Amino acid sequence: MAPERITSVSGTALPIRGNNVDTDRIIPARFLRSVSFEGLERHLFEDDRAQAGDSHPLSNPSYQGATLLLVNANFGCGSSREHAPQAIRRHGIRAVVGESFSEIFFGNAVALGMPCVTVSSEAASQLQAAAEENPRTPFLLDLEGMLVSAGPLSVPVQLPTAAREGFLDGSWDATGLLLERYDEVREVAKRLPYISGWR
Amino acid sequence: MPSTLLQKVWEAHAVRKLPNGQTQLFVGLHLIHEVTSPQAFDMLRARGGRVMFPHRTIATVDHIVPTKDQRRPFLDVMAEDMLSALERNCREAGIRMLDLSSGLQGIVHVVGPELGLTQPGMTIACGDSHTSTHGAFGAVAFGIGTSQVRDVLASQCLAMEPLKVRRIIVNGRLPDGVYAKDVILQIIRRLGVNGGVGYAYEYGGDAIARMSMDERMTICNMSIEGGARAGYVCPDETTIAYLRGRRFAPAGDEFDRAAAWWRTLASDRCASFDDEVEIDGGSIRPTVTWGINPGQSVYVDERLPKPAALPSSDRAAVEEALAFMGLDAGQPIAGTRIDVAFVGSCTNARLSDLREAARIVRGRHVAPTVKALVVPGSQAVRAAAELEGLHQVFLAAGFEWRGAGCSMCLAMNQDRLEGREVCASSSNRNFKGRQGSPVGRTLLMSPAMVAAAAVAGEIVDVRTFGRGA
Ligand code: SF4
Repeated sequence: MAPERITSVSGTALPIRGNNVDTDRIIPARFLRSVSFEGLERHLFEDDRAQAGDSHPLSNPSYQGATLLLVNANFGCGSSREHAPQAIRRHGIRAVVGESFSEIFFGNAVALGMPCVTVSSEAASQLQAAAEENPRTPFLLDLEGMLVSAGPLSVPVQLPTAAREGFLDGSWDATGLLLERYDEVREVAKRLPYISGWR
Repeated sequence: MPSTLLQKVWEAHAVRKLPNGQTQLFVGLHLIHEVTSPQAFDMLRARGGRVMFPHRTIATVDHIVPTKDQRRPFLDVMAEDMLSALERNCREAGIRMLDLSSGLQGIVHVVGPELGLTQPGMTIACGDSHTSTHGAFGAVAFGIGTSQVRDVLASQCLAMEPLKVRRIIVNGRLPDGVYAKDVILQIIRRLGVNGGVGYAYEYGGDAIARMSMDERMTICNMSIEGGARAGYVCPDETTIAYLRGRRFAPAGDEFDRAAAWWRTLASDRCASFDDEVEIDGGSIRPTVTWGINPGQSVYVDERLPKPAALPSSDRAAVEEALAFMGLDAGQPIAGTRIDVAFVGSCTNARLSDLREAARIVRGRHVAPTVKALVVPGSQAVRAAAELEGLHQVFLAAGFEWRGAGCSMCLAMNQDRLEGREVCASSSNRNFKGRQGSPVGRTLLMSPAMVAAAAVAGEIVDVRTFGRGA
């Protein structure tokens, strides 16, 4: 597969407030009963939506077509299910901006080519407020300049170097990279006593 | 240079530094199950790839298996589809599967250790966040997503960021009625549910050194609930004694050579850690979660927090949790009525857990309003428990005695909460909706505390339970 470079994401933004939003909430386990990821987006935050009624941002038609998701701290904690970032990505979201992310969620999102960048807690709240006041506010996440802007507001974002380089040079899809030096992999395997048979 | 276990294992498995600064890490043992692997096999096929080291991957089925009637085909059509997909993928790739007819099936984090597949010094990956459990053996084990499952199938490698190590020292004697579960809940309460981000947790200290492998697994299992990607205990004589004679452990002379290597893996005495925390094990009391994340817990004789008394930054989260749980600020947790009692999950469904729960319920009966079930972690645990007659103790007390699987830990099979039911659970997550009903409520605690709650119909202190009153 040809590597795809990801340098920026633009569009409107969907704010989901709250810390420690876990992957069971993003996609409840009963929707994992499938052998594919297809159609998962229909169940994104399903239980939260049902409980919040019309007040949930996902039930608000003004946010339709959003390409950025705005969240708070420890987003995506809990179960390692890739179904969570898959559902978000399949909903049309191309990048997530938040205060912090659980590590497994972050890694899963990288593997899908969906950057998760962090901002200060104050900035997260300002960005969310901008999207809440006017859902049509244009957002731009610039991974080269490491900034996210919402209309006139512009704040710096953080992204670990490895992930950033991966997006910028298209190497975020690790499989190819991991297969490149197959001989070296065999060498390491041979050196491990539990593989070589405890000689 | 003195090094930590993490550094030693990492170095032994590092293939190379990737251009982006990550490490390409060889995965010594890859465990797969039916929920997070079928998409990975599909992705691999779509790229024309093949499974590179089929003998380093082992499959089991746990999340979706019915625990009542396990005859094939399952009545649950989707569960049957998921299991057949796994069987087909394993057959095609030449991967060994511990299926329902093998007598070896069970929750992936229970069967790996009990079969001796999990060994010190390995890197272990599985598409499941509680893979940290295997760290109890001094392995470096982490949960991965489905795209990474694809990577491991394709290359037996992962691209990983280095981890820092926080040493958590638990000293002192745990009081009667206080278990490994209480220790880890206490660690999470103290360090927070995201306190471990960026870290592996190394558990040490004399309380950990005295623990059995089962107890160490309970601790390492919930590292992820504290935000840590991995958790481990350095291998010692307890680890080695546990592994001797296990089905997939080395045998004969090989075992001795293996044990000699395992003994070299522990963190060096003067290794330096990125952070150290000390916990007084003697002061820990039986712990119960009252909220919607595993850090929201209190000792059984404490009262729930009052939002008004908290710093404003913490208030909203506590209010949200109290409202969801239908509990009042400042109320005692003891006396909270329960509807369901669940002894199970990869945290607490090994033989020693079942023994502790059985000890509490022996000669007693589950409260009439409570539905109680025991779901052993594996077929082997179930068989061993039956050999000791534990199933009779549970059945006589009014518990259901089920087949092995994840069951009500995440309710992907028929075992689930209904409506607003409150469940006393020995599992690891109390997130909203976790046990199958979007508005169901979960209180996490040790298996002994679950057993006591089942009998009393409400949360009670296992230290004084049954001592007259
Ligand atoms: S028992 Fe629960 S936590 Fe453990 S693997 Fe199964 S679903 Fe996951």
